[in-house]
Amino acid sequence: MGQTAPHVCGYLTERFSDDAFGSFAGYREAGGYETARHALNRMTPEEVIAVVKSSGLQGRGGASFPAGLKWSFMPTDDEGPSYLVCNADESEPGSFKDRLLMERGPHQLLEGLLIAAWAVGAETTFLYVRGEYAEAASVLARAIGEARAKGVLGPRALGSDFGHDVVLVRGAGAYICGEETGLLESLEGKKGQPRRKPPYPAQRGAFGRPTTVNNVETFCHVPHILKNGADWFRGIGTEQSPGTLLFGVSGHVVRPGLYELPLGTRLDEILFEYAGGVPGGRRVKGVIPGGISTPILPAGLLDVRMANEFLRERHTLLGTGGIMVMDETTCMVRVGCIASGFFRDESCGQCTQCREGTGWLDQLLHRLERGDGSDGDLALLGDVADKMEGGTICSFADAAAWPVQGLLRHFGDEFAGHVSARGCPLDQSFAL
Amino acid sequence: MVSTLVAQAPEATVLSDELRAAIDREIARFPEPRGALLAALRLVQDELGCIAPPTARAVAEIFGLHPAEVLEVLSFYNLFHTEPQGRHEVRVCTNLACSLRGARTLLRELEEHLGIRAGQTTPDGRVTLGHEECLGACGYAPMLRIGDRYHEELDGPAARALVDGLP
Ligand SMILES: Cc1cc2nc3c(=O)[nH]c(=O)nc-3n(C[C@H](O)[C@H](O)[C@H](O)COP(=O)(O)O)c2cc1C
Ligand code: SF4
Repeated sequence: MGQTAPHVCGYLTERFSDDAFGSFAGYREAGGYETARHALNRMTPEEVIAVVKSSGLQGRGGASFPAGLKWSFMPTDDEGPSYLVCNADESEPGSFKDRLLMERGPHQLLEGLLIAAWAVGAETTFLYVRGEYAEAASVLARAIGEARAKGVLGPRALGSDFGHDVVLVRGAGAYICGEETGLLESLEGKKGQPRRKPPYPAQRGAFGRPTTVNNVETFCHVPHILKNGADWFRGIGTEQSPGTLLFGVSGHVVRPGLYELPLGTRLDEILFEYAGGVPGGRRVKGVIPGGISTPILPAGLLDVRMANEFLRERHTLLGTGGIMVMDETTCMVRVGCIASGFFRDESCGQCTQCREGTGWLDQLLHRLERGDGSDGDLALLGDVADKMEGGTICSFADAAAWPVQGLLRHFGDEFAGHVSARGCPLDQSFAL
Repeated sequence: MVSTLVAQAPEATVLSDELRAAIDREIARFPEPRGALLAALRLVQDELGCIAPPTARAVAEIFGLHPAEVLEVLSFYNLFHTEPQGRHEVRVCTNLACSLRGARTLLRELEEHLGIRAGQTTPDGRVTLGHEECLGACGYAPMLRIGDRYHEELDGPAARALVDGLP
């Protein structure tokens, strides 16, 4: 089962090596659910939202949207039920943090959900776990059962007047169900095809009702923020991007795995000091900083702090913090082939430029890798990627175009080399 | 014409009482019954091994849907199968993080070892081999899953031993 705790821990994960932390009793012993008890019994929803707003917490699901602001979009004058949705569909290649947060800290997540549900006035939380995460689902099912039995969930949650329940829902294998409106469709028992927006989920979400959707990690920060205060949270990370983030490091590094570090930690520090650098004395060639959708950085641009305000200057993004490292043997056309193959398979097919574009990218990249590519194909590749951006129902099409654009920006010579050499000149590269 | 079509339509599979009861429990968890469709399909597949068209028909009847609507959902999600699978489903993650650490070579070794290609089932029905998109284990690559279970930080011999150990 991989590892039981990250290599470097912060407030989210410091107790993860303790098995008891995953149980109700162990969590309670560590002071768990006291913050939620206080919030539900002594704070108004507006007060909770105000703290989360001033903490500056940003969503950890990829788009970095301010969480408190999102919560304030929920209508307060609506008569019927409203819902909270926990996005635990984690399927961005390079990302594996939510799995650990669920497997090792289920009650920390439930406490965050309960506080958020109180803040947005949701009577039910749907916790949507990706279909392949069987272990996480069973840990959560047990934790939810314990929380119900102990009155943490139920008609009078933690002795308050607030009634709340968490419904565990399992996905069935589709990347696009991570997109929040694709997830809502899936929750309703349909194909996970994203919806047009507006209406936004806060207006019409799950089952037609006002809904707030956040990522697993986002919720896990919430009890810590309420317990220690917004100023404490703002003291960690950068001014614009506060808090820690659970970075997942994979690929060609000595110590792959999870590292909970403040936002704004330098990428080269994570790579060389924490993860031990590239094995075998080889040099690093490129790093994808935030999951497969985020544009690659070449070796010369790794002295960047991991927060959007710095990464944007280098034409890339924080995404989900999934750092994928490639050494000097790596063929960047093959990297493109893997990314494009994934996006071609996972496009939901509603928008022409996404459905057709992902197919084109995949074909062109494979043609280049086989040695059948021409200069015209190379030009077309950039052209198709540029035309896919913007104007689709969801940002999947952008996410499919970005990695190709990043590869062309920084490794254009290598792509041209595949044309002139009529094939791949990198014979040590990983196999495709 | 109409009568031939009707004659060709498969009879709905009869689902066991236990399965029906389990599906009803799922339905009770959602504000609208259809929310339980994925959960119901999962229960049915766990019991019957796959969801063939007559089974999809039975599920459609429970939910008041047209069978085509159920088939559409089935084909959208990777974890549902409309045809029988091997006793053990072995799926190697071949996305980038795993491929950088040799997943595609490992998959090829397993193909050779089992004498089948990815997507196929061994003639004795023991193993279905396949590849899969990122399973969220990038830091412990390469990896595969057998049914619900993850096996991480593998190499060729370890993967072969796992597969050989399957009953
Ligand atoms: C194609 C696509 C896939 C996504 N996949 C995920 C995912 O697996 N998990 C997740 O939390 N958010 C994912 N998102 C982002 C969600 O749409 C949404 O922004 C997020 O769940 C909101 O939570 P947050 O604000 O707490 O990050 C995805 C978005 C897109 C466009
Ligand atoms: S952009 Fe792609 S994935 Fe998103 S709705 Fe359109 S076709 Fe579907």
